[in-house]
Amino acid sequence: MTDQTAGQDMIAADGMPLKKSLAKSLQREKMRALMLIAPLLIFVLITFIFPIGSMLFRSVENSIVQDTLPKTVVALQDWDELSGELPDEAVFTAFVEDFIIAVENKEHTRIGSRLNYEVSGMSSLFRKSARKVKKWDPVQDAPFRDKLIDVDKDWGDPATWSIIKTHSVKYTNGYFLNAIDMQRTAEGAQAQPEDKQILIKLFIRTVKMSLIITGMCILLGYPVAWILANLPNRSANMLMILVLLPFWTSLLVRTSAWKVMLQNQGVINDTLVWLGLVSNDARLEIINNQFGTITAMTHILLPFMILPMYSVMQTIPPSYLRAAKSLGATNWTAFWRVYFPQSIPGIGAGSILVFILAIGYYITPEIVGGTDGVFISNRIAYHISSSLNWGLAAALGAILLAVVLVLYWAYDKIVGIDNVKLG
Amino acid sequence: MGMIGGAVILMGLATLYITVINNEKLSRWLNLALFVVAGFAFAQVGGIVLGLIYGSLTSWFIFWLYEGRYRRNLLPYLTPGQVLWHYTFRVICGAIFVFLITPILVVLPLSFNAQDFFTFTPEMLRLDPDGYSLKHYQDFLGLRADSNGEWLRSFKNSLVIAPIATIISVSLGTLAAIGLSQSHVPAKRAIMAILISPMIVPLIISATGMFFFYSDLGNFMENTMGMNKNFVGYVKVVLAHAVLGIPFVIITVTATLVGFDRSLTRAAANMGANPVTTFFRVQMPLILPGVISGGLFAFITSFDEVVVVMFIGSASQKTLPWQMFLGLREQISPTILAVATILVALSVALLVTLELLRRRSERLRGMSPS
Repeated sequence: MTDQTAGQDMIAADGMPLKKSLAKSLQREKMRALMLIAPLLIFVLITFIFPIGSMLFRSVENSIVQDTLPKTVVALQDWDELSGELPDEAVFTAFVEDFIIAVENKEHTRIGSRLNYEVSGMSSLFRKSARKVKKWDPVQDAPFRDKLIDVDKDWGDPATWSIIKTHSVKYTNGYFLNAIDMQRTAEGAQAQPEDKQILIKLFIRTVKMSLIITGMCILLGYPVAWILANLPNRSANMLMILVLLPFWTSLLVRTSAWKVMLQNQGVINDTLVWLGLVSNDARLEIINNQFGTITAMTHILLPFMILPMYSVMQTIPPSYLRAAKSLGATNWTAFWRVYFPQSIPGIGAGSILVFILAIGYYITPEIVGGTDGVFISNRIAYHISSSLNWGLAAALGAILLAVVLVLYWAYDKIVGIDNVKLG
Repeated sequence: MGMIGGAVILMGLATLYITVINNEKLSRWLNLALFVVAGFAFAQVGGIVLGLIYGSLTSWFIFWLYEGRYRRNLLPYLTPGQVLWHYTFRVICGAIFVFLITPILVVLPLSFNAQDFFTFTPEMLRLDPDGYSLKHYQDFLGLRADSNGEWLRSFKNSLVIAPIATIISVSLGTLAAIGLSQSHVPAKRAIMAILISPMIVPLIISATGMFFFYSDLGNFMENTMGMNKNFVGYVKVVLAHAVLGIPFVIITVTATLVGFDRSLTRAAANMGANPVTTFFRVQMPLILPGVISGGLFAFITSFDEVVVVMFIGSASQKTLPWQMFLGLREQISPTILAVATILVALSVALLVTLELLRRRSERLRGMSPS
């Protein structure tokens, strides 16, 4: 055994310097932790983060015009779309050559429907022209300019060519412009015509209704959380069941329950008519509108507000209120100046949680929202499954995701994601 | 109008009981009988039930007010205003609790409706046995001539998909949670944020992203690897649901691990157990309650999920919530209410299990269960 002296490193049992040995074991510990996390992390990255990333990519990706009509796109570069004149014969020749190949590969309908998102009528124009053009020969039948205009006079309209040129870039901001009610034109970004401006309104409505729902949840959740935190344990546990049962009940069960409650011949209307508060022929319209969505979603999200509030309120000692009162505060002052500020973290946590959940809701608005109670998510679903305008759906999703991520970040700062409690 | 009339009648009754009869037991029985008779006169059998409830409530209320019993459990120095506020507050809270629970309770009796309506029929309100039947349950089970078996088929699909997804998310999630709870994890916050993100990202966005990803993956598996189309469909849905369940497992298991005494694993290693034995014989039994409750969360997430499965599944993977969603949106079939009742029973069972687990976990960690 050697005595250690100043300036000499401590030696571990195996003869290595202690510092090095400790660093090595720390390294090993880190590696072991990472090895345990790795399978899940890789799984989540591949099946969740990557798909969302590629969806976001879809909102700017726009190679279809360039891939289907490569020669046309090159030929159109020299054409000035602001001149108001038709492109020259070279463009028409290039277009017919591209188009014959596209028809052979059956790609003309895809590009038609892509351009149809921007201006309606493009899809039918492409389909109609394909029937004629596929019989042509690119060499013998030239020149094509007048022939093409004979097929459909839209080919003689510079606007048609302008659209092809505008949307021929590989990465476009067009979908994002569409998502905020603008469009990509030859003169740059411009507002959509009045009658097509619906998305901004929908975004505003989504945010507004989510705020109302959050506000309702605070209003209804606060007294409940208070009484749960201040009752003796036994009765609080009994009442807790009334909060947890809805929390654990299937979302669709609760939504269908609200459909039963709210509809025209439903339980609420029947009861009101029976009590004589509402006459039979003037039943309340409380479903398929904003009221229906707000009521049902407040009910569905209320437990998410009560639980964080409750866990914060439990930690506030009741003696503080008594102390405030014994120092001469009125009930209201004692509550407002002493209790309420301490319960704010609970309100904050619950509000952000409820707002995040509300802003992306789809099922409940779809069933009880009618037409004016739907959210932006319903529009995304519509573009995915009905109109098949996936780029626009991805752009809308990207905007929604950005909002949610900002809130998530705020939630992490205020509450910390590892402090989330369930049940 | 009716309310004021009722109040006047009650006041008259109260004066009668207090000044003339002056015997609490007798007057309470009298009140009950009075209300039952009145109820029967108005609405037969259903009226009797209502009469019983109202009769006992009103007589209790009269004596509660008169005898000053409302002050019995309160601090003696409160002013009348504070007492009034105390009870007003209770009533407000009661109303909110009613709001929370009524929609769920309303579904239960309606599922026994003999008619194909979503509302209470007059027969049901009269408590007439003819107004009730099990036909919607029979329809769910596919026992009726006009039932198409879709419900049972989707229920079976749910019972296949949810457990497998749960097993995947629980096994991977528990491992990762143990890794995350070690003291030195590089980039812990970032990893945590990624693992929790499936819970935070709105379902519609997850569904959109997965829609593109899984249709590519599905094509690859079917065309290149030559797998059965049906099987590929199930794989897609199970994987998607497993990801959605992971945050819940991570959150509950890391919460349980906070109270875990690390010296126990060191003690086990000291006595010669290898890491695998230590994990299964020492650590696992202690964190099991957290793992199971995380698993229940993951199960219910998958069992309750509609949006993702609608986007990435095909008709042969139709789950129960999907069938309910279709039922609600297209053909309004009261069978939904029967299914809803069954699901409520299921969630009650889950709630009880979770509560028992919580108590066990607290006992294991040496806390007194509350």
